[in-house]
Amino acid sequence: MAPSDNAIEAGANISLELRVNGELHAVSVPVHKTLLEVLREDIGLTGTKHGCELGECGTCTVLVDGQPVLSCLALPAVLEGHDVTTVEGLESADGLHPLQQTFVELGAAQCGYCTPGFVLAAKALLEKNSQPSRTEIETALGGNLCRCTGYLKIYEAVELAAARMRGEPAEPTREMLYGAG
Amino acid sequence: MAPVKTPPRKAPTEDRLRVVGTSLPKVDAVAKVTGRTKFADDLFLPRMLHCRMLRSTTPHAEIVSIDTQRAEEHPGVVAVLVGSDLPTPYGILPVSQDEHALCIDKVRFIGDPVAAVAAIDEETAFEACELIEVEYAPLDSVVDIADALDGDDPAIHSYGDAHNVHKAIALEFGDVETGLAEADLVQEDLLFYEGSTHLPMEQHAALADYRPDDRLTLWSSSQTPHYVHRALATVLEMAPSRIRVIATPNGGGFGGKSDPFNHEIVVAELSRRTGRPVKICLNREEVFYCHRGRHPTLMWIKTGFKQDGSITGMHFRSFLDGGAYGSYGVASTYYTGALQTVTYPVAAYKFEGLRVFTNKPPCGPKRGHGTPQPRFALEVHIDKAAEKLGLDPARMRLDHLVEPDSVTANYLKIGSMGLGACIEKVVAESGWNDRYGKLPEGKGLGLACGSYISGAGLPIYWNNMPHSGVQLKLDRGGGVTVFCGSTEIGQGSDSVLAYVVAEVLGIDPFEIDIVTADTSLTPVDLGSYSSRVTLMTGNAALQAAERARELLVRSVAEKWDMPGVRVAMADGQVFDVQDPDCTMTFAEAVVLAESKFGTIGTVGSYTPPRSPGRYRGAGVGPSPAYSYSATVAEVSVDVDTGETHVDDVWIAHDIGQAINPVVAIGQVEGSVYMGLGEALMEEMTYRGNRNIVHHHPSMLEYKSPTTHEMCRVHTYLIEDPDPNGPFGAKEVGQGPLLPIPPAIVNGVYDAVGARVDEVPVTPQKVLAALKRRAKQEEPREGPKKAPEFDWPDAIQVPPPWAGGDGRALDERREIGGGGVRT
Amino acid sequence: MMRLPQFRFQVPATVEEAIAQKREAPPDAAYVAGGTDLYPNMKRRHQEPSVVIALHAIDELRRIVRGADGVVSIGATATLTEVATHPDVQVGYPALAETMHLISTPILQNMGTIGGNVLLDTRCNYYDQNYEWRKSIDFCMKKDGEVCWVAPQSPRCWAVQSADSVPLLVAMGATVDLVGPDGERSIPIEGLYHDDGILYLSKQQDELLTRIHLPHPNGWRSSYRKVRRRGAFDFPVLGVGAWAELDADGVVQGARIVLGGVASSPVVVESAAQSLVGSSLSAEVIDEAAELAWKTGRPLDNTDFTLYWRKEMIRPTVRCALEDLASRR
Repeated sequence: MAPSDNAIEAGANISLELRVNGELHAVSVPVHKTLLEVLREDIGLTGTKHGCELGECGTCTVLVDGQPVLSCLALPAVLEGHDVTTVEGLESADGLHPLQQTFVELGAAQCGYCTPGFVLAAKALLEKNSQPSRTEIETALGGNLCRCTGYLKIYEAVELAAARMRGEPAEPTREMLYGAG
Repeated sequence: MAPVKTPPRKAPTEDRLRVVGTSLPKVDAVAKVTGRTKFADDLFLPRMLHCRMLRSTTPHAEIVSIDTQRAEEHPGVVAVLVGSDLPTPYGILPVSQDEHALCIDKVRFIGDPVAAVAAIDEETAFEACELIEVEYAPLDSVVDIADALDGDDPAIHSYGDAHNVHKAIALEFGDVETGLAEADLVQEDLLFYEGSTHLPMEQHAALADYRPDDRLTLWSSSQTPHYVHRALATVLEMAPSRIRVIATPNGGGFGGKSDPFNHEIVVAELSRRTGRPVKICLNREEVFYCHRGRHPTLMWIKTGFKQDGSITGMHFRSFLDGGAYGSYGVASTYYTGALQTVTYPVAAYKFEGLRVFTNKPPCGPKRGHGTPQPRFALEVHIDKAAEKLGLDPARMRLDHLVEPDSVTANYLKIGSMGLGACIEKVVAESGWNDRYGKLPEGKGLGLACGSYISGAGLPIYWNNMPHSGVQLKLDRGGGVTVFCGSTEIGQGSDSVLAYVVAEVLGIDPFEIDIVTADTSLTPVDLGSYSSRVTLMTGNAALQAAERARELLVRSVAEKWDMPGVRVAMADGQVFDVQDPDCTMTFAEAVVLAESKFGTIGTVGSYTPPRSPGRYRGAGVGPSPAYSYSATVAEVSVDVDTGETHVDDVWIAHDIGQAINPVVAIGQVEGSVYMGLGEALMEEMTYRGNRNIVHHHPSMLEYKSPTTHEMCRVHTYLIEDPDPNGPFGAKEVGQGPLLPIPPAIVNGVYDAVGARVDEVPVTPQKVLAALKRRAKQEEPREGPKKAPEFDWPDAIQVPPPWAGGDGRALDERREIGGGGVRT
Repeated sequence: MMRLPQFRFQVPATVEEAIAQKREAPPDAAYVAGGTDLYPNMKRRHQEPSVVIALHAIDELRRIVRGADGVVSIGATATLTEVATHPDVQVGYPALAETMHLISTPILQNMGTIGGNVLLDTRCNYYDQNYEWRKSIDFCMKKDGEVCWVAPQSPRCWAVQSADSVPLLVAMGATVDLVGPDGERSIPIEGLYHDDGILYLSKQQDELLTRIHLPHPNGWRSSYRKVRRRGAFDFPVLGVGAWAELDADGVVQGARIVLGGVASSPVVVESAAQSLVGSSLSAEVIDEAAELAWKTGRPLDNTDFTLYWRKEMIRPTVRCALEDLASRR
């Protein structure tokens, strides 16, 4: 919504063109609807999940211009002209994104509910830092809660994907797949 | 789009097993990483209405009146329900049918629902709830265990074993007093385990769709669609054959989605009344009110030890704070006394346990159901005894292990038993022998063990039917579809079905279609609880697959004119073991079989073996197989702040046989995580002085560990196949949690010499113990006193080595198989 | 799903327009920048502004500027991430850059703004709850109720100052620009706060916080230490901002120590700061300052952890903050 536009009255709809995963979606939604709600309920992209709707869990993470943000606290009205990426935008005609692939290989998605948020937060990290240390991964993913995995398989999946994205022929180690010792 | 890359499997000649034991992706993994998995709240139907429930704002009160008129008149509201619209009670256990979908006469905790609205959108439903006027006549409320037992407050329920005591149990296996008298050391402890909740990332959601031809479909994030199906039929007074319950993949369960829930019944009734689909998705606060989590449990334990560390007798008491409803609570109470005997031999054992009602959200089964609390007590207790006896805690345990293929004092039949191997592994890998007791101040090692059931030996309601059923459909194109009532909650149960069937039929598990958790399409499986699914559905799938294999082998053998034993199946091919060049595809084999036998469908089912226990209460604890775990935790304690950080956990888990090792490791790591949270920070607590309101029903203030708190985990899978498990498999989803809290607490003691007999080990507790140490007082923080209770006379059951046959001495009190189960 | 209440939405293009819109709007109108404080509060019905005036389109409000004198000023709507990663902030004000990373989570830091943090609503266990929860305690003084449940006999609200940036910015002696219908004023940031959980700001309702001016980066050092349960998400249950000028011999010429998370406003511990002056930051000197700070801080039962433990944490946390000062350049 541009500043010169008239104010949108309470309860009134705002017409927007939102660019999501590279495609423009024309929507007309009440101005108080969050990006989370519009993605799920108006555009049908239910891959973006929600766990609290208050910014306290990271489940609803999407990327705006490549940066992870909480879709539960973002208004579509201010996002026209920006690029929104959801989990549905990660795979391509070539197949899964390397992060999706390594999450699959290592069982880093258990129930899968927090997975879209983690994959997107990790994607943003790897775009800034192609070889993050374990500590940098922990920090970057500190805003995403997971109750299933204890995060460890997620770290391994991010490291493995990072290596492959750097062009290294990385495969899971025996310890990752079969345990220590 | 290119196919998903999967790691190579073992070559057919390499090993007997080609799929089982290999770390493959889960069959639902691609759907989950791409956002395709449809969780309950991801479902939208045309004409769908949205439901909100109005909840009690007072912990204990009679409902004087409810006026819904203004809500009904609110624009956009389609229907409003109150308690009298759904008068039939329900509850997960037959002995505790104490819930109503909406409260009728009284409310029992803040969050108890009293009315429900269906409206065109969620905001309208929210507004309408605000327009409902409820008049309450407040009653004194019951805050905690001691408050419940003092008898001063009005009864929360009109049933139970004593005033506000839901259940009181007393069982004695052998003469404990004599055992204690023979001991060289009698150790006595009082410990407390705080309540905690599951906190699945997915909030519970349900969508009901009732059709005018009197058919109802409910989609719900439930771990137990079969029990939801039964509850709906009961409360809605509909024929079960007209109800279809579909459990959507659960976005985390951990036991928190194992009861039939009021919101599921409410949306079903609202759909029936409006003729439109009705959906509800609870907000996070409401998820806390569903609860059914870990019971806050106070435990008193007194054990006699010989100088060598053997146990001459044990007397264990538990006091459980049950919250406002029964839920699984009777079973939970029995579980706090059941598994003390399965790790180290207990010559004589007495268990007394009780569960009280309090005006708080109901407790129930959380990962480890009723056993992490007593396991914490026992393992800390043993650590203290080892110190007094001058024994190394690892050595002491290793020297006294329950024998495989034995029967315990309380008649639990032990099969495979790999605890010794587990202890030896973590002792070796952690450097225990060189480092325990020798690390600098502030650094410590703690060791603890645990054991858990691989499925409950008895179903929740009495019946003689299988616990799990599988149907297999073979398609002439070579496709295989597995139908099973089991519910995928992230643990990999759909994958287990595929792996087992693929192993038997020699096909690619990723070519198998899995249809689960649909009461109309799939045979009954009791649900994803009690760590039962891999063993029970695995066995059912094994049987169904072997029956299908038999049909294929007979058809192929006839075609090739050779005995069936020469026909083998692997990698999508059927071949002659004596002439590997003689092959056909799996699909060709199915065509042969379908030509010979007609449409190919087979079934398999599983019923656990009968347990030797015959006393009242013997229904809780028996299992086809017990898993074992041992852990060493390395902790750092800041003596200035009392803050504890767990650095490393070495954990070995006796899994029998890993169906998929990488998935099993994920279960171990997740269990360590959840145990770490319970040990250090998670608390489901209430403000007793402020209307018994939940302290912090939010993601922010309920402290679930983030990436920063998680420790390194070194996982070792110990494989010693159990004869009762499919391919020898035992459970892994819950057992690895059990040793974590006591290992951490024992580690804190090694680090700073402070005993915190209570979890979570918060910094204030550690600091309090350290201050006592500085003042030369006992360096302990923990509960001070167990409440008085007039325990019933114990049911006397002589243990096997005292000539017992599993029955109580007083035959009149004996009920075949035990009256309570799960 | 927790949803926002309805509101009229306005997007001014300039500060002047924003001020004009605010003045014309009903008194409950709210400015919003990142939304990470306001929107959760609105979803929990703490605030239900009939008009929301969004500041994202005002570019100048977002700029981080280094003047010719080397002094940096930060626009109020710069995100926490932008502040943390700005080279001038990282070089001249490393403690501030580090503090940005201690706020909530990396994801929230991409949305939340420095101005939003400076103006963060005070927090309390009895207040930061859903509407339904608050209804069951008959609400509290801060919103819809009569009583402060932290101290029921008290006539005032004891909600607690919870912004990580504030103790540090107060210790550093930052100033803030406030623009209102009557013009612009600059005040020391310390003067922005009142020790009251409800009226915790001296900012007039129609005033807009536009910029935060940092002191000249040379000749002093600062640090911030935070106590919380977890390494992410959590608000401080105690924050310690410290600032000192040291001469060439390491002797303290001037100092400030500020506690956050213990009262409704940041608490400047004059006695502790004074105890440092004239001494070098030795262990004994630091211990004495920590002891004085401990005597001053009086946390109440309104955050995570027990108030006794939070009080006990003042000593080690002040010590850490001062040791950090001693070890900086």
